Amino acid sequence: MARVDNGKKIGWGAANTIAVLLTLIPVLWILSLSFKSPAAIADPGFWPKEWTWSNYSGILQTSQFIQPLLNSIGIGVIATIIAVLLASMAAYAVARLRFPGKQVLIGMALLIAMFPQISLVTPMFSIERALGLFNTWPGLIIPYIAFGLPLGIYILSAFFREIPWELEKAAKVDGATPFQAFTRVIAPLAAPGMVTTAILVFLFCWNEFLFAISFTSTIGARTAPAALAFFSGSSQFTSPTGPISAAAVVITIPIIIFVLFFQRRIVAGLTSGAVKG
Amino acid sequence: MAEIVLDQVTKRFPDGALAVDKISLDIADGEFVILVGPSGCGKSTTLNMIAGLEDITEGELRIGGKVVNNMAPKDRDIAMVFQSYALYPHMTVRENMGFALKLAKNPQSVIDEKVNEAARILDLTQHLDRKPANLSGGQRQRVAMGRAIVRDPAAFLMDEPLSNLDAKLRVQMRTEVSRLQRRLGTTMVYVTHDQTEAMTLGDRVAVMRGGLLQQVGSPQELYDRPDNLFVAGFIGSPAMNFMPATVEGSTIRTPLGEAPLAAGLRQALERANAPRELIIGIRPENFEDASLASADAKQNGIGFRATIDVLESMGSDVYVYFTKEIERAVDAAELAELARESGRADTGASGDTVVARIDTATRIREGDDAELWADLRSLHVFDPSTGRNIALDAEGAADRTVPAG
Repeated sequence: MARVDNGKKIGWGAANTIAVLLTLIPVLWILSLSFKSPAAIADPGFWPKEWTWSNYSGILQTSQFIQPLLNSIGIGVIATIIAVLLASMAAYAVARLRFPGKQVLIGMALLIAMFPQISLVTPMFSIERALGLFNTWPGLIIPYIAFGLPLGIYILSAFFREIPWELEKAAKVDGATPFQAFTRVIAPLAAPGMVTTAILVFLFCWNEFLFAISFTSTIGARTAPAALAFFSGSSQFTSPTGPISAAAVVITIPIIIFVLFFQRRIVAGLTSGAVKG
Repeated sequence: MAEIVLDQVTKRFPDGALAVDKISLDIADGEFVILVGPSGCGKSTTLNMIAGLEDITEGELRIGGKVVNNMAPKDRDIAMVFQSYALYPHMTVRENMGFALKLAKNPQSVIDEKVNEAARILDLTQHLDRKPANLSGGQRQRVAMGRAIVRDPAAFLMDEPLSNLDAKLRVQMRTEVSRLQRRLGTTMVYVTHDQTEAMTLGDRVAVMRGGLLQQVGSPQELYDRPDNLFVAGFIGSPAMNFMPATVEGSTIRTPLGEAPLAAGLRQALERANAPRELIIGIRPENFEDASLASADAKQNGIGFRATIDVLESMGSDVYVYFTKEIERAVDAAELAELARESGRADTGASGDTVVARIDTATRIREGDDAELWADLRSLHVFDPSTGRNIALDAEGAADRTVPAG
């Protein structure tokens, strides 16, 4: 028995190691590149011979990176808040109410989620130009909400379905209006779902590149991933690999902190004990 | 406190299913009324309509003299205890019990006072700051009750509040509910599928089946004078024994034997224009070990022999089970439903088991070919086609049959 177990352990250990390495090597590579001087970029060694902070100090001194970073945070946070609010209301309706066109609504949400973004870029570009949204924060916030909503509705409606129906009845009998029942009883119980949704929508907004590069023209609205593409070397003949790597590391850090911080929250189930256990 | 009046209340679901069909029921102020019936009989739907959680399709519902058909639950001044308790898991016991008062914008001092008082009554004081997840089933049940009583509502509605408890706790809480209701004197409507709960708790019991009210009355009335086959079979445990019987002139022929018809019963049958083929019902306690029945009583019943299949001694009673060859099966929709509900798939089918409760002094053993006696003074007679209790019209049940000789 023990032998079989050991064999299993080794097998799984090896598989896990390979999986972790496959995902981590590109990250480590970017990390090492960000610490290499422009001259050492082409060096064959994985780790830099001489560690330098010059790439970081370089990007953090230019508004070409700081302003897009602020844009990313602003656009991401606003889009996330609005998307989660709308998605929780829509998901509640999907999970709890019977209304005509419910299946159509769910189908449409799925359709939007599966739509290839590239096919939308050209028409949306024209629309945004016509509406004066081109190169503005709302010009990115609105499409981000549109693409964040289907995801949010799906995750949240699953959470709402898990919440016992009787809790809401109890709240109504206790004297709550439907809105109070939602905000005082249902929403707190769905909080883990909302946090999960918020994280995923924020990640989407934070990483999004295609819309960001298509609907912006200056650093007034350009987000960080798009701004990376406009980095230039110190001269015409130097490649901007170092600064791009450094910027990539900088924009990854908030995500890592974000996920680590909320990880427990995501897995925590709050509904235990609501009904007979 | 208030009376609740249901006037021809009907519930039809959007898919056309008729859940509750023209129910009329007057519940007096301070009365404890039980809605009982098998699953799917519409009892919970009725309760939800009183609470305002379901719309009323037709008819009128009045609480305290006011028509509340279109009133939101929060405006009806009723409290409800749910089968699953429906405690708010993110709130402590204290917050759970005070939630309604808080929504009603009572000052915190009033909330504290009322919650503490309710906790004292329900013995929950030391648990006030715990979350529902950390409570036992019985404690959660009491929190659910506490949440209802802090509000001092016009009426309590209870939806099978005890069915999630284990058997011992259920009996204990049953007494507790009864005591609480008497103490508070508040109108209470209580839904259950358990006839024992219905019999022990209520001032009045309303038996429902398939969305229709079958009979309303005191527990004893339902037991002694069931309106129809369904009520007769539903109320009482073990259930009433049903057998086919034939009336021939002034004799009634039953699988147990023949007996002369009592004059009163015969008149009732004639008045009701009853068919010759009938269903008779005999409660288990109306049987006796023939050797223990007094000679005086024996005159009013049928003596017969039966092979005892099973004998259960409960200490205070002895139950014996035997089968009787029955040439014609009892066939009634009511009994079929009862059988489905209780898991007895073959109630009243031919060769069915009969249950008899006899005195503990009996010497009958399992497997004996015993001599038993059935008391026909409390015989129930039903019309097989309508399920109506024909004998109800025959007053003076004592002399339904003349001496068997």
